[in-house]
Amino acid sequence: MAAAEIPLWEVFIRSRNGLSHKHVGSLHAPDATLALQAARDLYTRRGEGLSIWVVPSHAITASDPADKGMMFEPTASKIYRHPTFYEVPEEVGHM
Amino acid sequence: MYTQALNAGPEAAERTIEDAAILARFQERIDAEERIEPNDFMPAAYRKTLIRQISQHAHSEIVGMLPEGNWITRAPSLRRKAALLAKVQDECGHGLYLYAAAETLGVSREELIDQLLSGKAKYSSIFNYPTLSWADIGAIGWLVDGAAIMNQIPLCRCSYGPYARAMIRVCKEESFHQRQGYEIMLALVRGSEAQREMAQDALNRWWWPCLMMFGPPDADSRHSEASTRWKIKRFSNDELRQKFVDATVPQARYLGLTIPDPDLRFNEETGHWDYGAIDWEEFRQVIAGNGPCNADRMAARRKAHEDGAWVREAACAHAAKSRVRAAA
Ligand SMILES: [Fe+2]
Ligand SMILES: [Fe+2]
Repeated sequence: MAAAEIPLWEVFIRSRNGLSHKHVGSLHAPDATLALQAARDLYTRRGEGLSIWVVPSHAITASDPADKGMMFEPTASKIYRHPTFYEVPEEVGHM
Repeated sequence: MYTQALNAGPEAAERTIEDAAILARFQERIDAEERIEPNDFMPAAYRKTLIRQISQHAHSEIVGMLPEGNWITRAPSLRRKAALLAKVQDECGHGLYLYAAAETLGVSREELIDQLLSGKAKYSSIFNYPTLSWADIGAIGWLVDGAAIMNQIPLCRCSYGPYARAMIRVCKEESFHQRQGYEIMLALVRGSEAQREMAQDALNRWWWPCLMMFGPPDADSRHSEASTRWKIKRFSNDELRQKFVDATVPQARYLGLTIPDPDLRFNEETGHWDYGAIDWEEFRQVIAGNGPCNADRMAARRKAHEDGAWVREAACAHAAKSRVRAAA
């Protein structure tokens, strides 16, 4: 592998106990070990993380923005999936 | 900082070949403050403008490590040295966040590095000035990072998602840079007469180049119109420059230092500080490669890149070998 092809990785960090990992950015590294070390240096210089995931960018399958309508619009009409759709008398109290 | 409008692009000519309806839809999204993400439609000129701006910004962060790096080994105390080292490391991080943001637009890291090292790409004029004394480290943190903050805060709301997100990270880190610089200045002005003079001398040399960091005056700025319409730029060069002057004058007064501008005076009518004429010929010379340190900076970047080649090659060879071993 030539130096011109150093792969891209996506970095995910768990910032606090109990939270899920969140995407924070990307970086280039030849392998997973170096990617983790680079992610530590690049994204956690001020105690931002308790745990890091690095994932090769090519391993991610993303939805196509052109399919946004097909993918997400159907839920817009399903208001009965939300608690506010249902009427509960005030006397019943918080529910 | 770093987003001086430095080299011209052929935006206007290219706009005509795209479908008017699609372009109108894109502009509606921008006007509605929607963020544009990498796989979304964007006009070729928008993409090109962003690649140029984000990569120039990234190059500036990277080259910007050099003037300050000059003083790491000569910092006057361990406390100052640790702070300066951390700041320079942050600047490297800023460069890397920004390169990654530029790459989402379809340009490779190698191309970007090559554009910098070949001299094709521009970076902020400010980093072509020398750091002659320790006080320059104070002046850079206070003024250069101060100017960078002015410029970068509105970029956190830039219409391009990856750039805006990178700027949010950057802005969170910048505040320490400016404060450590101001603290250095404070220590000097409270020190001996020679130290106070050092601080004044640094302010004298850095003031005008810092005003130039905001780029050419609005009247001659080539990129502003499209960038404003696309919400890449939210304030004009002159607006940002004025904000910087207004914020900085009281800080200089507190230090008991004199800003080297005989025309500087408070305008009761506008509520702003009026400043004297900027030497735009000096700016043009520095951008054209004729500043005091342009050649040094490029030579240092090239040397670092070449000296690091064996490390990149070894790491890649190791990765390839491990993959073969794992497959066997
Ligand atoms: Fe920075
Ligand atoms: Fe900074």
